[in-house]
Amino acid sequence: MAKVFIYPATSLILSDLVARFGHKPLGAALGIRERIQTAGIDSPPLQITPEEPKRGLKYAAVEVPSGVRGRMAIYGPLIEEAEAAVIVTDADLAFGCMGCARTDELILFSLRQSDIPILELNYPANEEEGVQFVAAIKKFLAGLPNGDEA
Amino acid sequence: MSRKVRIAQLSCGPEYSGVQKEIYDAAGAVGAEIFFPDIALADVERAVEEFGLDVRSADLKLMIARGLALVDGKIDADGVFIGTCFRCAEAAIVRNELRRYIPEHSRLPVVSYSFTERTTAGTLLTRMEALTTIARRRALLAREEQTGITMGVDSGSSTTKAVVMRDDEIVGTGWHPTTEVLKSSDSAVADALDMAGLTREDIQAIGTTGYGRFLVGKHLGADLIQEELTVNSKGAVYLADHQRGASTVIDIGGMDNKAISVIDGIPGTFTMGGICAGASGRFLEMTAKRLGVDITELGPLAMKGVGENVPMNSYCIVFGTQSLVNALAAGSSREDVAAAACHSVAEQVFEQQLQEIDIKEPVIMVGGTSLIEGLVYAMGQLLQTEVIVPPHSQYIGAVGSALLASGFIKGE
Repeated sequence: MAKVFIYPATSLILSDLVARFGHKPLGAALGIRERIQTAGIDSPPLQITPEEPKRGLKYAAVEVPSGVRGRMAIYGPLIEEAEAAVIVTDADLAFGCMGCARTDELILFSLRQSDIPILELNYPANEEEGVQFVAAIKKFLAGLPNGDEA
Repeated sequence: MSRKVRIAQLSCGPEYSGVQKEIYDAAGAVGAEIFFPDIALADVERAVEEFGLDVRSADLKLMIARGLALVDGKIDADGVFIGTCFRCAEAAIVRNELRRYIPEHSRLPVVSYSFTERTTAGTLLTRMEALTTIARRRALLAREEQTGITMGVDSGSSTTKAVVMRDDEIVGTGWHPTTEVLKSSDSAVADALDMAGLTREDIQAIGTTGYGRFLVGKHLGADLIQEELTVNSKGAVYLADHQRGASTVIDIGGMDNKAISVIDGIPGTFTMGGICAGASGRFLEMTAKRLGVDITELGPLAMKGVGENVPMNSYCIVFGTQSLVNALAAGSSREDVAAAACHSVAEQVFEQQLQEIDIKEPVIMVGGTSLIEGLVYAMGQLLQTEVIVPPHSQYIGAVGSALLASGFIKGE
């Protein structure tokens, strides 16, 4: 079983796919809702304290906005822990999304800098692409150490 | 108990900055409640396209969608709080554009703030108080005439001012440096009453404002305890005899600065703060001290000098003072240094705060620093307009309080 970081970290679909193939998904496990009644699109389930942005200084300098550092305090350790990553770019908001584009840039950069296998895919635009999308993820996950067939 | 003022929050980053609780607390302290406009995910991209600002962050897209829903009247609110992370350029663009768009297309008062993880409820309190006052007390803020005998006290960070008004005229004033808050207030009140030839018993209603407003208000049994943003706006347009229409009020204070875009005497958008004490009256006090002149002499001295002759950047009061010492050591004249200090403060307020509101003429400068003519001149140069300094401008908060307090006279 490999620890696989998923991006967008809030994607329940990606999280489910990774788990189905016998790996451990590393993400936020937040569902993006049809109606948004919280402060942000990916609001954390628990109150984050001002300590998180300070912990985030490990991943981003002090001149980086506090929201980015607060997010990195959560995602930074997961990226360090990750043994592989599946990155889906230009995803539909409903597929899973993260509120801050600057954090996204830093997360993707950090993943690409780490020496782990990464699968990068564009979000599918039609059914045919959707089939290829799932097949590519399946092949990638099956190739990771101790991956299972779903 | 009156209904809670409902403030719609449009934001990006407060939760991950750990400051959402501070926003709730600040709103709760002034009898308001924060809510997040309910938006369908499917409407977010559509709203962004309609607004025409193509941003990448999903939370900024959500802010835009919520702003448009408020303007369209799909969601009811009494006021809007817009908050984004400090130092985020993408968020600053959205924050500024929404802050401009919402008041232009609705009657909703808006306050905006860029926060860090160090932002506290205390920092946000005055802004929230102003926002709720505008929403809750429109009728009171519409008052254009002072009636009866009232007193206003402005307990500021540097000075405490008191004003007694009778039948729409200022009949007594008092001014004391703020040392012990209550003692300074008692002294200013005593002077104002003495000048008016009245006693405390003659006063029919009292209003307090400024940093010490709660303490002084309780001490005096005030009828109105009000933050300085709304009070100063009222005082400024009242004294400048420009109560109707648009105007801009600038108050460079001892500890912070206020820039307020006013419409019919009611604040529309406003900013409060300053990056550093280098942009405050405190820096000019230090400059006067270093030049060996009284603060009242700094303005006339600056008018004789040419600021461009002295390189000075007062973004930090320490480095600003260093520039000042260096310039004097290099042989610059006191006049040029005084002019440079005034220009430096005006420039920082111009760059940091006036960019965040829409400047509408007339521009009215108030507060103690408005008596420093070198500073007023520098601001006028930067804004390319004539800046109005109304009579009694240093008593602005006290006058605004006395004016609004007359709404509390029995039978009014």
